[in-house]
Amino acid sequence: MNKILSRLLLIVVSLLSSNLLFAQGADSFDETMRGSGKIYVVVAICLTILIGLFIYLFLVDRKISRLEKEGK
Amino acid sequence: MVKKNWWKILSLLLLIYTVVAGFLMKVPDLPIIHQSIRNLFFHVCMWFGMMILFIISFVYSMKYLRGFNLRNDIIAQQFAAVGTFFGILGYTTGAIWANYTWITDQSQSLGSVLKEPKLIGAAIALLIYGEYFVLRGSFNDIDKKARISAVYNIFAFAMLFPSIWIIPRLVGSLHPGAPGSDTGNPALNAQKDLDATMRMVFYPAVIGWTLVGVWLANLRIRIQLIKDKSLINE
Repeated sequence: MNKILSRLLLIVVSLLSSNLLFAQGADSFDETMRGSGKIYVVVAICLTILIGLFIYLFLVDRKISRLEKEGK
Repeated sequence: MVKKNWWKILSLLLLIYTVVAGFLMKVPDLPIIHQSIRNLFFHVCMWFGMMILFIISFVYSMKYLRGFNLRNDIIAQQFAAVGTFFGILGYTTGAIWANYTWITDQSQSLGSVLKEPKLIGAAIALLIYGEYFVLRGSFNDIDKKARISAVYNIFAFAMLFPSIWIIPRLVGSLHPGAPGSDTGNPALNAQKDLDATMRMVFYPAVIGWTLVGVWLANLRIRIQLIKDKSLINE
């Protein structure tokens, strides 16, 4: 299970790193995150909630797996 | 471990894609709906997910009636529970969306929205599924409970189609996709309004949300199996 979590983390980091590449230099990053629409802020917040929920789901999943093993 | 859990990771990746592309992509500018067409990736996916979860529940109810294996009854119950949850989410998000497209921008009166056949139909379908859980709770005998609720679940699934798909199309509705909506609300015409780029996000979104539902049901089934271990002899 730890293997999965670490792989998951790797995927997330690699996804985020492409974002950083896209936003080279402080100016363009300012344009993305502080632009007039600020839609990227909404995307960042929604992604945080989504990833947080999935980590929680994985933890619950692991707990149930442990209970299943105990019962056997 | 990864071999068994790949679909959980897939659902996360699909939903990350849904959120990023769903918020940032260019969408066709339809009258009245405008930017809120992005709800397609969230609100509509709840209903798609609900339909798929109810189909799974229906299949397991039939499997239960074939062999009377209590395990199938538990699976049917939990899929129906998560499906109902998705339906409630779809209903709530629909209410918010309708408030800003039907009432505010189309100046429909509250009365005409309350008479909306699609809303009434969806409410009936969800109440029928709600009754499934009431029915389950009213039995002491486990086998009787499983048998009667499996039969009821098949009936509930059969009622789903007239109440949310057929009747709103017969009588006309404010909801996109209905015959009467051509004049008022823009319909989601697959050729015209839902362009190719939107479909490239929409179908992955449906798969992603459905997989989350399957995962939630999977967790609930495993908890119930641990609880009822003394009852199930495999």
